[in-house]
Amino acid sequence: MSEHIVSPKIYVAIFLALLVCTTLTVWAAFQNFGKFNIVIALAIATVKAALVVLYFMHARYSPKRTQLVIVCSVFWLAIMLALTLTDYDTRAHEGRLTPANTCVTVLDSRTILALRRAH
Amino acid sequence: MHRTGELYGQFQTLEQQKETATLGMWIFLVTEVLFFGGLFLTYTINRSTFSTAFGIGSNTLDITLGAGNTVVLIMSSLTMAMAVWSAQVGKKKLVSIFLMATLGLGTVFLGVKAVEYKQKFDHHLVPGRSFDMKYHPTHPLPGDDPKELALEKKEVAEAFAHDPDINAHGQLYFSLYFGMTGLHALHMIVGAGLLLWLIKGSFAGRFTPQYNTPVEIVGLYWHFVDIVWIFLFPLLYLIDRHR
Repeated sequence: MSEHIVSPKIYVAIFLALLVCTTLTVWAAFQNFGKFNIVIALAIATVKAALVVLYFMHARYSPKRTQLVIVCSVFWLAIMLALTLTDYDTRAHEGRLTPANTCVTVLDSRTILALRRAH
Repeated sequence: MHRTGELYGQFQTLEQQKETATLGMWIFLVTEVLFFGGLFLTYTINRSTFSTAFGIGSNTLDITLGAGNTVVLIMSSLTMAMAVWSAQVGKKKLVSIFLMATLGLGTVFLGVKAVEYKQKFDHHLVPGRSFDMKYHPTHPLPGDDPKELALEKKEVAEAFAHDPDINAHGQLYFSLYFGMTGLHALHMIVGAGLLLWLIKGSFAGRFTPQYNTPVEIVGLYWHFVDIVWIFLFPLLYLIDRHR
């Protein structure tokens, strides 16, 4: 067998790194970084996910074709997120979820009819 | 199908069989990434629109339980990885021990999740008819921290002044909270079933340095479920803690 066996030392090191990252993300959440709170939280989560994929899931030692599949999943996820959010962000108001048009959805049918009549 | 020991007829070697199985599992995980990705997308759009309601909803979650569960899940990933290693080096007894530890930690995670869900039912924070974000601050339960409660009361009152539909938008947050954590918990339950199957196999001494594909494959699944939680935890629990 030519498979690569990852040693327990590496597994424990990754585990400790993940614990440090968890502490860091909880600490960062209580600081006020303005708009950057979410960026920091997602950056830490991405680092943690990368550690799990590379070492626990052996991606680092996998054949090239398996690595290609992993990269593809990230790529397609990026397409889905980027294109949907671009579409959503650049729309005029009618397509958007605004507090005004979603509140109609929780009204009962009689109120909606009354609203229509009033228009 | 023709089969020699653990080797199926269409493969030349056990190694080739394992590589094929691993690739297949990864392709399944790609579909899972996009499946959960859609939910994260829905979450992002709603959160950017209803940030006040999402912030309040998030602050009602118990950060100690959430962070504790994160540690439990990371630890279960470690024991899973160690089970794979034990099989690779032929320590049959250790395989069983690490698999049982993984199952135990997974069960602890689900138990904590059940406690958290019950809290939300008690606080009238489950989407539906009795949903009311004003309920909990005015109906404290024994064991509630009065300081936290006063803060929650102030926050909810401010939010209502700012957005009278806060209860509708709060339900969006909790629908996503229950939807996403529920789907994650469902994956954990499936994983627990798979672990039981592995434990049975390990008792029979099925996993050896030559053949340990099932342990490796279930390991990939288990680590993936861990990764989903790694993103769920900050997004659901830590949105608006820096008030």
